[in-house]
Amino acid sequence: MAEAIDTLLRVEHLTMRFGGLVAVDDLSFEVRQGHIAALIGPNGAGKTTVFNCITGFYKPSEGRLGLRHGKPAVWDALDALTDSGARRRIHPNGTLFLLERMPDYLVARQARVARTFQNIRLFPGMTVLENLLVAQHNRLMFASGYTLLGVLGFPSYTRAERSAIDKARDWLNRIGLLARADDPAGDLPYGAQRRLEIARAMCTDPVLLCLDEPAAGLNPHESAELNELLLAIRDEFAISVLLIEHDMTVVMEISDHVVVLDYGVKIADGAPDAVRNDDKVIAAYLGIAGEDVQSVEAEVGL
Amino acid sequence: MAVLAHSAGESGRARRPNIARERSPFVVALHDAGITALIAFGVLLPLIGFQTVQNINEVLVLRTRWPLLFSLVAIIGASRFVYAVSVAPWLARRAARPVAAAPPGWRSLVGRWFVPFAIGFVIAYPAIVLFSAGFRGALKWVDNFGIQILIYVMLGWGLNIVVGLAGLLDLGYVAFYAVGAYSYALLATHFGFAFWILLPLAGILASFWGILLGFPVLRLRGDYLAIVTLAFGEIIRIVLVNWVSLTNGYAGIGGIPRPSFFGIPFTADDNGFAAVFGLQFSPIYRTIFLYYVILALALLTCFVTVRLRRLPVGRAWEALREDEIACRSLGINTTNTKLTAFAMGAMFAGFAGSFFAARQGFISPESFTFLESATILSIVVLGGMGSQIGVAIAAVVMIGGTEIMRQLDFLKDIFGSTFDPTQYRMLLFGFAMVAIMIWRPRGLVATRSPSVFLTERKTIAADLVKEGHG
Ligand SMILES: Nc1ncnc2c1ncn2[C@@H]1O[C@H](COP(=O)(O)OP(=O)(O)O)[C@@H](O)[C@H]1O
Ligand SMILES: [Mg+2]
Repeated sequence: MAEAIDTLLRVEHLTMRFGGLVAVDDLSFEVRQGHIAALIGPNGAGKTTVFNCITGFYKPSEGRLGLRHGKPAVWDALDALTDSGARRRIHPNGTLFLLERMPDYLVARQARVARTFQNIRLFPGMTVLENLLVAQHNRLMFASGYTLLGVLGFPSYTRAERSAIDKARDWLNRIGLLARADDPAGDLPYGAQRRLEIARAMCTDPVLLCLDEPAAGLNPHESAELNELLLAIRDEFAISVLLIEHDMTVVMEISDHVVVLDYGVKIADGAPDAVRNDDKVIAAYLGIAGEDVQSVEAEVGL
Repeated sequence: MAVLAHSAGESGRARRPNIARERSPFVVALHDAGITALIAFGVLLPLIGFQTVQNINEVLVLRTRWPLLFSLVAIIGASRFVYAVSVAPWLARRAARPVAAAPPGWRSLVGRWFVPFAIGFVIAYPAIVLFSAGFRGALKWVDNFGIQILIYVMLGWGLNIVVGLAGLLDLGYVAFYAVGAYSYALLATHFGFAFWILLPLAGILASFWGILLGFPVLRLRGDYLAIVTLAFGEIIRIVLVNWVSLTNGYAGIGGIPRPSFFGIPFTADDNGFAAVFGLQFSPIYRTIFLYYVILALALLTCFVTVRLRRLPVGRAWEALREDEIACRSLGINTTNTKLTAFAMGAMFAGFAGSFFAARQGFISPESFTFLESATILSIVVLGGMGSQIGVAIAAVVMIGGTEIMRQLDFLKDIFGSTFDPTQYRMLLFGFAMVAIMIWRPRGLVATRSPSVFLTERKTIAADLVKEGHG
């Protein structure tokens, strides 16, 4: 029970079907507050689909996706919220969300789940700084009086914009892109674009950050930098990170918890060390049946 | 045998460049010009070579126009020859040269002074025209050129919000122009409201229609959005044609009250504008007044757009054009964002429409055909999507150009008295568009200027900026 107490995201019986294809099959796992959780598995295992369900881009065929803000005690209202048919329930000590009932932009705005994409999706024709300001859209929109006060040049908006720029500057400093703040995002090298996309997601003030293969295409040096960045996000901001990753070394180094998917089914769930030595995981990664693992391991000298 | 064939092919391939080098550029150009003239002949033969006319018995007869056809073909062939001899090698040399890093000094100087100079010029324009053309001549220059161009500048800027910033292809923009015009015409003739009350009202009504159209339509993307907006434009026009009891159909609405100078009408009688200010009556005063009204409206459009670009809405519009999915992942309600762009664009069209009705005094559905939408859209595309200056220049060139075409009577001396230059407006229009699209595929001003900067404002190259996908 102690484990469930600081759960931030609870995925229960998540199933996603595309016609006849079951991309995610009855998947359940939890992400704890302040943890880095990794979702791994071979290509086509359904990892991105899980992300799309959590962030509201897909509506799951079945399952419940609960997320809490505030005190862990709000979980007690989960069943009542489910029965009520509402999207969220606001308590004095926190809010409970059912993500599968929310459209994508509300998952980001209200439940504060931010994400990046497997194929980077920056705004290439806008500057690096502008990318980070668009991420703070909702706060700035409010400060600009939904545009009315902003058009008239009210000082409250000017102040809000200045603080938004300061925040962007902080993040640019952190990811080492301050000098390129006024360059178009599409001009950045690949590794920098990946970091910028993470910074942009962080500028939305998330409680949960979902990263889809952030280390893909990075060289070892950039990959090490990325690890540091993710650890800093976890430790300084107490933000939970859910990570899809192919690179096992990244996963093993930084994650607190690993969930392994294969053909949409969860085959392992636990601490990195335990998962690493799991026969089913090795089999899935090597593409062989579970019984043969021992002999293959012997062959390759593991 | 196989080896032989292979080596023959090799040597053949090796020799070919030599042949090309041996042929003099003159011969190549002649060859090129010959082919171009042949193609031109093929294309123009049915278009220009033959003409159908009704004779006295009202029977269609086919007439040929060989001199005109051959002179055009000759002109085209000769131009191609000149191009191949002089321009093409120059272009090739320029392409081979590395791109100069810093823009030449005069260009940045022009960039800095262009806008203040242009605004000064348009403010002084009526005075300049009055001075140089006199009272009678000035009317044409202020009305046909000044006001006409400014209406399109304003419409271009309005559509620029939708197409250039938000990246939503709207082919039915003229519908909102029509809504504005008919709102003013009907409310002013039936209820006698003043121009300055109806102007904002027409804008609000048009943006209301924009939202109404937007709700069902904005979930569509790309081609679908374009087709549905096109259909919407036609629906509005057809309603205007057929709802005779309200709009008077094709006959249109006449006798629309003209705007007054803060209560003083521009009439010839004793309390008219001229009499009150002790001037001799002349229609030019009203025209100049209208000129400044549309100038103020256009500048307002520009001011608001520039302002909005620096606000979160404007940035969200541009982000939407760049990547809609990324926008949603950042918590931006893309439907609302699109709706605001649509409503904002429609509002300025409504303003322009009510001005148009007030200036003409008469409107009919004829003024709101698809051609109008296409003209406004081509102004935006030619000007460079998202660029205020580019759109203004494109409007001046396109609308000013067509107006000038109406004035080219001297061409009659060259091509004979039956030659009507206005008939060729569209042809030249098309040529100009093709030329600009070849020369600058992303419009006159294709670069994007960032809405905010930390240390230095650097313009963004056109190839990075997305055009939107509906
Ligand atoms: N929108 C979709 N429509 C149909 N099939 C999809 C869709 N999205 C994903 N899939 C399928 O679901 C499976 C899992 O894909 P994905 O989640 O992208 O895998 P991963 O990210 O683990 O590589 C794949 O077989 C893929 O083809
Ligand atoms: Mg994937």
